[in-house]
Amino acid sequence: MPKISMTVNGQAVSGEVEGRTLLVQFLREHLGLTGTHVGCDTAQCGACVAEVDGASVKTCNMLAAAADGAEVTTIEGMANEDGTLGVIQQAFQDNHGLQCGFCTPGMVMTAADLLKRNPNPSEAEIRAYLEGNICRCTGYHNIVKSIQAASAAMVAAE
Amino acid sequence: MAKDSGIGASIKRREDVRFLTGAGNYTDDINIAGQAYVYFLRSTVAHGKLNAVKTEAAAAMPGVVRIFTGADFAEVGGIPCGWQITSRNGEVMKEPRHPVLAHGKVRHVGDPIAAVVANSLAEARDAAEAIEVDIEDLPAVVDMKAAIGGDAPAVHEEAPDNICYDWGFVEENREAVDEAIKGAHHVTTLELVNNRLIANPMEPRVAIGDFNRASGESTLYTTSQNPHVIRLLMGAFVLGIPEHKLRVIAPDVGGGFGTKIFHYAEEALCTFAAKALNRPVKWTADRSEAFISDAHGRDHVTKIELALDAEGKFLAIRTNTLANMGAYLSTFAPSVPTWLHGTLMAGTYTTPLIYCNVKAVFTNTVPVDAYRGAGRPEATFQLERVVDKAAREMGIDPVELRRRNFIPADAYPYQTPVAVAYDTGDYHATMDKLVEIADLKGFEARKAESAARGKLRGLGIASYIEACGIAPSNLVGQLGARAGLFESATVRVNAAGGIVVMTGSHSHGQGHETTFPQVIAEMFGMPEDMVEIVHGDTARTPMGMGTYGSRSIAVGGSAMVRAAEKIIAKAKRIASHLMEAAVEDVEFKNGEFTVAGTDKKIDFASVALAAYVPHNYPLESIEPGLEETAFYDPSNFTYPAGAYACEVEVDPETGVVDILAFTAADDFGNIINPMVVSGQVHGGIGQGVGQALLEGAVYDSNGQLVSGSYMDYAMPRADDLPSFTVDHSCQTPCTHNPLGVKGCGEAGAIGTPPTVVNAVLDALNSGGINVPHIDMPLSPARVWSAIEAAK
Repeated sequence: MPKISMTVNGQAVSGEVEGRTLLVQFLREHLGLTGTHVGCDTAQCGACVAEVDGASVKTCNMLAAAADGAEVTTIEGMANEDGTLGVIQQAFQDNHGLQCGFCTPGMVMTAADLLKRNPNPSEAEIRAYLEGNICRCTGYHNIVKSIQAASAAMVAAE
Repeated sequence: MAKDSGIGASIKRREDVRFLTGAGNYTDDINIAGQAYVYFLRSTVAHGKLNAVKTEAAAAMPGVVRIFTGADFAEVGGIPCGWQITSRNGEVMKEPRHPVLAHGKVRHVGDPIAAVVANSLAEARDAAEAIEVDIEDLPAVVDMKAAIGGDAPAVHEEAPDNICYDWGFVEENREAVDEAIKGAHHVTTLELVNNRLIANPMEPRVAIGDFNRASGESTLYTTSQNPHVIRLLMGAFVLGIPEHKLRVIAPDVGGGFGTKIFHYAEEALCTFAAKALNRPVKWTADRSEAFISDAHGRDHVTKIELALDAEGKFLAIRTNTLANMGAYLSTFAPSVPTWLHGTLMAGTYTTPLIYCNVKAVFTNTVPVDAYRGAGRPEATFQLERVVDKAAREMGIDPVELRRRNFIPADAYPYQTPVAVAYDTGDYHATMDKLVEIADLKGFEARKAESAARGKLRGLGIASYIEACGIAPSNLVGQLGARAGLFESATVRVNAAGGIVVMTGSHSHGQGHETTFPQVIAEMFGMPEDMVEIVHGDTARTPMGMGTYGSRSIAVGGSAMVRAAEKIIAKAKRIASHLMEAAVEDVEFKNGEFTVAGTDKKIDFASVALAAYVPHNYPLESIEPGLEETAFYDPSNFTYPAGAYACEVEVDPETGVVDILAFTAADDFGNIINPMVVSGQVHGGIGQGVGQALLEGAVYDSNGQLVSGSYMDYAMPRADDLPSFTVDHSCQTPCTHNPLGVKGCGEAGAIGTPPTVVNAVLDALNSGGINVPHIDMPLSPARVWSAIEAAK
């Protein structure tokens, strides 16, 4: 079995995986980082989005072995160092951007990716960027509001 | 000024912190040392005779622990149905056995044939491929009209005509309705389909069975909306486990929308297997598996007739529906097209005569059961579509026609001709609010602006009512429920004054951990963070009936209030002793007990401490401790209602529908947390738009589910929806529960589909394209075809 190493949320980790092990399985089952969720088997829902080497990735669609040596950030790595919610997380709570919470980690990770690329997106740009993430609870209304609020907070902090 | 605490405050949800940091505890996040994994081998044919299931080769494969087949469950009960319907002729419904694993026959694609237990999921999956299934294909029946056509194959021998029941409601009205329709000034007729949907909570179902040899206790961790009911059904009817030896835990659950109410075979299998193997057993559905194993929703074919007089007053409604049950009866399935549908056919109107016939049909498809709204969306869709069509045919403005027929605000309580009695409501008020906030006056100008760009703009309106807070037990018992539908709560005051509420309600996204404490905080005059909610574990909470039908706050919250009232009554007696006053003189307000006419006072925490440190305490007349339980069974349903508006643009060249604005004016009675309520309306609208424009479970004629994954089933995404305008300022509080609440969770899914469809048809018809109806989902292909056909 291939032995792999990577940095996840700033910590060096390693493990032996089967060749067929997906990155999401490695995160959830080997590292116990269960915040990254599996909501489908066709890479449509986005519940498993994490950041791999600076880009948002559907971790159900990437082999763990392919992430050997990568820098990975998951939802567990998004809080501030003192444990309080990060800007995007806080915006989701403030704007009721989640209900059951299952799609939420993927939404936050996608929002982070969007705001890194486009710090001040329009509503239409936000909606378009969420194309790969499905939420069944919120009708997206408050997710869009949350990302707008996060954008405003991040722009104001600069 | 907006409140920042207690009832009516939009306080932020405490559960969000764990969900936002990846610290949630969903069922698949749970792993038990030594667990084995289950993979279900499922039927790939819709109907077939199961001649043999050969497992020898598979059983010898690496990692395989055991393979279960239907034969292993011969001595075990079938999956039970919780509701019995009686046909017009007095016969009870046909209730064929629903085995845990298929035995003898398979009846739908996805019917589980074998369960492979192995040391890893990959090994279980590999071994399943080595199982030889000797299956003899039988002709399948998918279409309901064909199923009852006479020469269709029978899904079950017990129901050779594929009819589960033939229900008439209200049977005594039938002839009077026929007469009224015959003699009416105008009759509008509409045939329509309420499309089959797949609930698709984002968290797929999971079941983990565990067995403790030392205690003899079985534990099931499951993605369920009502753990106590699962314990009851599985313990008593399937596996024969006494309830005190069976614990069901439903931790964080990633959405339900109805499909996680029901008891499923996988739960029974994992519980059974864990005991048989003396080893924890875990099953996690993948999404494609969810499509063929979660109960589906809706799936009605209906003909509705509305009779009107010359002024547009509704005289009578006659409706005939075929309701798909799928291949087996799921837990609540028989109630959905009957008591949750027929009883809502009055809607918000004064129609004096209504008759509803429903034939429930078995087909070789996945079982159908309650999905968000359950029965009420089907009733509302028929009614609001036929009213709109009548308005067009009679040349009356759709808002005006509705207003002419609304139940007036001074008519409550209002007894409908379909059994239910609405306690409160004001449909003119919600319509007034809608007209204002949707800026209906400005529509013509917006339409002209769209026309200038070559687009057809349409305005759709609908009004809805729903029966929520499912209970009362004696009523639902008369209607065929095999369960009581009360709710319970235990309120435990700890020695230092903190409060824990153990509720039978279950939260799977509704925010109970935040909203229930708001009620307690208000009652006890304490901050919310002094209150904790426990739910979702049969060992930690009193008997409950779970969450569905917008019953959490109306029934579960009311049980909590009743238990809290008992606490306050007892605490007053303790306080009266401590302050040496007569109990009648003691008042409790803002967390303090005072004695009328004196300056004596004592705070709640001190009374709580005295209850647990009873040194100076009247032990002869008051027990120590401060913990009370209440079971609450309401006297009626609650009746939230509202009016919705939608504006769409249709591209006549392509049939693409773009939703530009969606507005909802709802009356939910009193509201605990407006932010949470708005969120639930948003979600309901999203699912309603999904049904109207995008979603549909499609079977081919052989019974293959063509829309079997997110590749083929169109889920609403962010750019399919607009931002919504919602308003809940119209409030007619419920008169029969202590909080005056009505429930809000399903409203959007009920009111939205007819609103959207009415909008699209308005765009076409007022644009000169004569299209009386298009069945949902209104995909570009369907809209374009309708436009072409009308040319």
